[in-house]
Amino acid sequence: MQKVVNITVAGLGGQGVLTVTDIIAEVMFRAGFDVKKSEVHGMSQRGGSVSSEVRYGKEVASPMVPEGESDFLIVMEPTQVEVNRHKLKAGGVLITTDDVPMDKLTNPKALNTMMLGALSKHLELADESWLAVIKERLPEKLHALNIEMFELGRNA
Amino acid sequence: MTQRILASGNEAIAMAAFDCGVNLGVGYPGTPSSEILDEFSKEGGTAQWAPNEKTALEVGIGVAFANGRSLVTMKHVGLNVAADPLFTIAYSGTPGGLVIVSADDPGMASSQNEQDNRRYAIAAGVPMLEPADSQECYDFLIRAFELSEAYRRPVLFRVTTRVCHSKCILERRGRIAEPKTGSFTHDPRSNVMIPAYARIAHKNLRATLHKLEELNEKGEFVKRIEGSSELGVITSGISFQHVRDAAPEASVLKLGFTYPLPLETIRKFAESVKRCVVVEEGDPILADAINAAGIRVEGKPEMFRFGELNVQRVRRLLAGDATPEPAPAPGKPPQLCAGCPHRKTYQALHELNCIVSGDIGCYTLGVLPPFEAVDTCVCMGASITVGLGMRRVLPEAEARRVVSVIGDSTFMHTGVNGIVEMVYNRPATGHVVLVLDNSTTAMTGMQEHPGTGRKLDHTPAPQVSIEQVVRGIGVDNVDVIDSTVNYEAFKELVQKRLASNDTSVIIARRPCILAMVKLKSYEGKK
Repeated sequence: MQKVVNITVAGLGGQGVLTVTDIIAEVMFRAGFDVKKSEVHGMSQRGGSVSSEVRYGKEVASPMVPEGESDFLIVMEPTQVEVNRHKLKAGGVLITTDDVPMDKLTNPKALNTMMLGALSKHLELADESWLAVIKERLPEKLHALNIEMFELGRNA
Repeated sequence: MTQRILASGNEAIAMAAFDCGVNLGVGYPGTPSSEILDEFSKEGGTAQWAPNEKTALEVGIGVAFANGRSLVTMKHVGLNVAADPLFTIAYSGTPGGLVIVSADDPGMASSQNEQDNRRYAIAAGVPMLEPADSQECYDFLIRAFELSEAYRRPVLFRVTTRVCHSKCILERRGRIAEPKTGSFTHDPRSNVMIPAYARIAHKNLRATLHKLEELNEKGEFVKRIEGSSELGVITSGISFQHVRDAAPEASVLKLGFTYPLPLETIRKFAESVKRCVVVEEGDPILADAINAAGIRVEGKPEMFRFGELNVQRVRRLLAGDATPEPAPAPGKPPQLCAGCPHRKTYQALHELNCIVSGDIGCYTLGVLPPFEAVDTCVCMGASITVGLGMRRVLPEAEARRVVSVIGDSTFMHTGVNGIVEMVYNRPATGHVVLVLDNSTTAMTGMQEHPGTGRKLDHTPAPQVSIEQVVRGIGVDNVDVIDSTVNYEAFKELVQKRLASNDTSVIIARRPCILAMVKLKSYEGKK
């Protein structure tokens, strides 16, 4: 099988982790890749640790990223970095809140789109591919804020 | 018209149910099954929440007796509650299609046990389909209804957490059938299980299972991947996906119809490879059945009975590596939300040093610090009855410390029976039941229930009043109080009731903090 790209997004319940992986999965699906996305519902939503995974490529089998094989690890909460670090492969890209302009985050609820922006720099897709899905996924009144935060993350 | 989309297994099941003309979707919420009926309703299907899984299955059976199609959904432990109707409807069957989704939770992402419901198929003699991804959820569900009607048998549709909640690409066919109008044919020999008819029905069931085995041998639900003759893997469900990543070179026999098994197909496959390993999550059910048929296959080390499988665990399993696995990194545990109305209730129980007989829901999280105020938790509804049992044997001073704590949805599920038990077999010290009424089924994603006054789609419905129910049963004292706003009064009330020999129900009522916004948005719904 050909190379599959593995992305893991981690944080705490309520941070919008699952929204991020939903957007990534949809963007990659539209870009023509086979895509699988995995998450766990239920107790993890009660403020506990949450992580969700997206895999894309020519053909993807398991929806779960094998341990230590994440090409990208996005961690939205500083306390969750060490807990998740083992998921990153050697030479993989770790994106934390240190990699985005936190001083410009005007609403903590949009941290997820800012982090998504930071990830998007590494993936060869045009701005429009991301923005189109962000707009579809989020209610209209949140578009301006989230697009601004996405661009801040993308240009950081 | 075919549509290509990204969909979860649960969404795919809902779409298939709509596309094949299911008359009614009915179930009780439970992770990982909860989204199916919501999605089915959003698609335009008719769906409703039952108070519990037994009720749900019985309503579904009625639909199918009247020649309609019903989809009944529940989590794995829900099938325990619905087991009574299941074992007998397996004998009689129904003219209409009856498909029961059992959503298992290996690894217990959000459950109290990791029972393997493939055992129910064997125990009850019910055919079982096991999809491995969203596409199979869709395709198999439509076939499940066709098989159910063609063979006049209920079909168990077993999914697991990762199949339910993983998204992948789905090709949706579009609507192929409209729900049909019901009809009833007088046929007591088939539909009334008195012993004389049930003896015949059992023989008929076994004969049907033979026919289904023959159908399974034809290969419609079997996927065979030709690989190396050195290693062959027999697998099913989500494990198939992990096997493809862990051993891309292996030959694979992937089973989609796992009861009754296509043993001849399995025998031929096992003989075609040098080493044949069964990779399955949970109990070694396939391995045991295949070995029992005299087909030599390797099972898995005991350690792989526990938890979910994944790619790295399948690699270890295939390598015969049974050395201890590294412990997963400890994350932050879930907790009661800031502003959760249960917080004050548990603070009081903690301060009053109660023995708390707990139940299933968000409020089970009261077991964790800082409250550490739940002492037992078994299954849905058990708080009341387990508390009563404790009161029967504890010395008086200790018995007076026992409180049963149950949520509003759980009360509707199987708590009512416990109240009947309390009134009928009252302990000498009486008993105190706290109903933590947050006006929703919070844990599973804020579904409606008979006490909320809203239907599954959040439109108005007749409301079953908890206080009227318990008064009607004959409880001595019934109080309704908001423990967050009236904390001291609440605490005093609990103390007073514990000191008496009365039977008491205290309803601590305040909406779930997460549901508040949603509740407002439902107000305009008609």
